[in-house]
Amino acid sequence: MTDTLLSVRDFSVVYDVDPPVRAVKNVDLEIGRGEIVGLAGESGCGKTTLAYGVQRLLRPPAVITSGSVTFHDEDGIDVDLNTLDAEHMRRFRWDKISMVFQGAMNALNPVATIGSQLEDVFEVHRPELGRAERRRAVVELLEIVKVGGQRRRSFPHELSGGMRQRVMIAMALALRPQLMVMDEPTTALDVLVQREILRQISQLRHEFGFSVVFITHDLPLLLEISDRIAIMREGEIVELASAERIWNAPQHEYTQRLLASFPRLTGQKGVVAR
Amino acid sequence: MTTLEFQHVTKVYNVRGSGQLKALDDVSFSLTSHQTIGLVGQSGSGKSTIAKILTQLERPTSGTVLLDGKPVPTFGKGLRRYRQQLRMVFQDPFASLNPYHSIRHHVERPLRLDRVVPPAEVDAEVRRLLERVRLDADAVIDRRPHELSGGQRQRVAIARALASRPSVLVADEPVSMLDVSIRLGVLALLSELQREEGLGVLYITHDLATARHFSDEIMVLNQGRIVERGAADDVILDPQDPYTRELRAASPDPEKHFQELAAQNAGGAR
Repeated sequence: MTDTLLSVRDFSVVYDVDPPVRAVKNVDLEIGRGEIVGLAGESGCGKTTLAYGVQRLLRPPAVITSGSVTFHDEDGIDVDLNTLDAEHMRRFRWDKISMVFQGAMNALNPVATIGSQLEDVFEVHRPELGRAERRRAVVELLEIVKVGGQRRRSFPHELSGGMRQRVMIAMALALRPQLMVMDEPTTALDVLVQREILRQISQLRHEFGFSVVFITHDLPLLLEISDRIAIMREGEIVELASAERIWNAPQHEYTQRLLASFPRLTGQKGVVAR
Repeated sequence: MTTLEFQHVTKVYNVRGSGQLKALDDVSFSLTSHQTIGLVGQSGSGKSTIAKILTQLERPTSGTVLLDGKPVPTFGKGLRRYRQQLRMVFQDPFASLNPYHSIRHHVERPLRLDRVVPPAEVDAEVRRLLERVRLDADAVIDRRPHELSGGQRQRVAIARALASRPSVLVADEPVSMLDVSIRLGVLALLSELQREEGLGVLYITHDLATARHFSDEIMVLNQGRIVERGAADDVILDPQDPYTRELRAASPDPEKHFQELAAQNAGGAR
């Protein structure tokens, strides 16, 4: 793989409730530049907490108890995310690392056009842009994700679920981040739309060269799109290997069990047994 | 032997502002006991409309539904008796059980309403049904839904569906909201019950892999029309209809993916 974009070291998160829940335990993870890393695991395994924690998006009672996150910027500067103050962190997010949230397509403001919601991103993060430039940027983004520039006047309810999810991807793409974190971006969509969006993500990655952390419980899907896959259980990464290795020679018992949870679509009838 | 039959069923919804939507277009098929049919198709293809018409929650715009050759009753006692024979398992075990009531209440209600067993035997029957779906009756009977895991809840929903001793089960995405590692367990339970009780099961899903695994036959629905029907393996491995092919190509299939990768690499090395 290429050089490293993000290094997560000894990262731990505790939900400080009674009794405390150790949601993420001493996780080490490196994301390469331009790489797609899949993060797989079942509900409650800590995959979303890890992704949020890395961007310091967690709120109390969640507490980061150990670890560091270093972002190796493409202009050569290493940024330790723990040392950024609130203002720098705010500017950092979206600009360098953007996020597509779970169920994001339902997070659009129903009473504002998608164009104005996309323009908001530029208004906050690129205040130097004039109105006309912002509009041009929005139209360009909507063209890139194949929603079409003319749809900027549409309200969210006038778009299908798949189109709304594309708008969310356009939003995440707006500032040309170096890393996109996607939390279950296609789970609510049916297979045909899902395939279309996956194709688009991988095409955009080729074009813009960003890295992706793709979070889902759908292991077959991850196996197809990821370069490497991290399998998480109970707050720990139990196995981290190339997609090919996870498929051909899974080491951890839990990885084998997860693989065996999916019946085969083609090939011999039965589940994937290792 | 029970046979349910759709004859030329069409369902049209009036959509405010945009005219009419044909959800089902001349659909005919039959489902008999001792058989599982997988019903697949993308969102909006009409899968759930078929379930709603089967359970008589909706009436067809035209066409008829027959049970053993006779039109299905649309009201009163007849309808109730019909619904006793055809039960549903819903997608969301969090929404389909009432949070105020115990597990006992959920399974007991159909037993009492349909007078399946004499009142004195209700308790024993509830326990038998819970054991039948592999739950520890003593441990769960007085609990409420929120105290159980998603998988346990779905088992309760299955026990409730079985209580009135139906001959047909309609399972609409019964495992898509469960954690992946327990999905197969619940599907395996459904298929075991199907065999042992001789049930007819309509398994509605968008997941082609489990449809292949757990169905005898598969029907593919596209825009309200059945475009293909056949033995499960034939439909998935050798799809005839272009839409079925499209669905299959879009479904994740790591096996094929890595085979193709290997072939590409071998080609590149040559």
